[in-house]
Amino acid sequence: MYENIALTETTFYILLALYRPNHGYGIMLKAEEMSHGRVRLAAGTLYGALNSLVDKKWIEQLPVESGSRKKEYQLTDLGLDILANEIERLRELVENGDAVLEGER
Amino acid sequence: MEKKTVWKWFFVWDFDKEEAWLNEMADEGWVLCSVGFCSYTFERCAPEEYTIRLEMKKPDDGYISFMEETGAEYIGRVVQWIYFRKRNEYGPFDLFSDMDSRIEHLDRIGLSLRIIGIANLLIGVVNSFHTWSYGWINLLCATLLMYGLGRIRGKQEALEKERTLRE
Repeated sequence: MYENIALTETTFYILLALYRPNHGYGIMLKAEEMSHGRVRLAAGTLYGALNSLVDKKWIEQLPVESGSRKKEYQLTDLGLDILANEIERLRELVENGDAVLEGER
Repeated sequence: MEKKTVWKWFFVWDFDKEEAWLNEMADEGWVLCSVGFCSYTFERCAPEEYTIRLEMKKPDDGYISFMEETGAEYIGRVVQWIYFRKRNEYGPFDLFSDMDSRIEHLDRIGLSLRIIGIANLLIGVVNSFHTWSYGWINLLCATLLMYGLGRIRGKQEALEKERTLRE
């Protein structure tokens, strides 16, 4: 059904960061931490992507706790499938890349 | 606090030049604190203390609180343009970090130029049937807006071409 979807790096890290519930700024920090500072999601990009991902039902917004203004999000089951599928695809890319380049040496 | 107001005009399609100018001002120790039509008010800051970003976006309170959550400060709005600043000590400040969102932002600008351009074209054509009218002013505006649209399209095409190869 969705085996041909290649996720953008932005989408991939958002989904990964939302394996556990997290809010916008938390997602930025998480992505930066996981990529050792390489991936910095900018706030405008992140905001647009979160809204699109909610529309696609890959993530969902959690009920807002009283006293907190921060919106929290979490991966849906569909989102988890998409993510697992992408990791499988990436594994194939890495294996093929390694196989060819190591064959050269 | 010491303040100064500067009057300056930028075409919408030169928003990147506007942003670059505001950042030069901030680097010199003048940070934008309020904004109006063609008017920019600055207050004293330490040199290179702030980064300024601007964006065309429909009013959206959720967006402003989201930005504030990340340490940015909302400066103000002029029509559809919103202005933010962030202290450099809180890390680099960008609104967009991938090609898709940059292209989408240019789409938003292009759409509004198209709407205002077409409105001017229609008004201009209708008014040109009256010899006493100033329909030519609208036609001139429409021409200028279409030129601007071309400039935005140019920026967009460069990004789209790049996106066929990488993100």
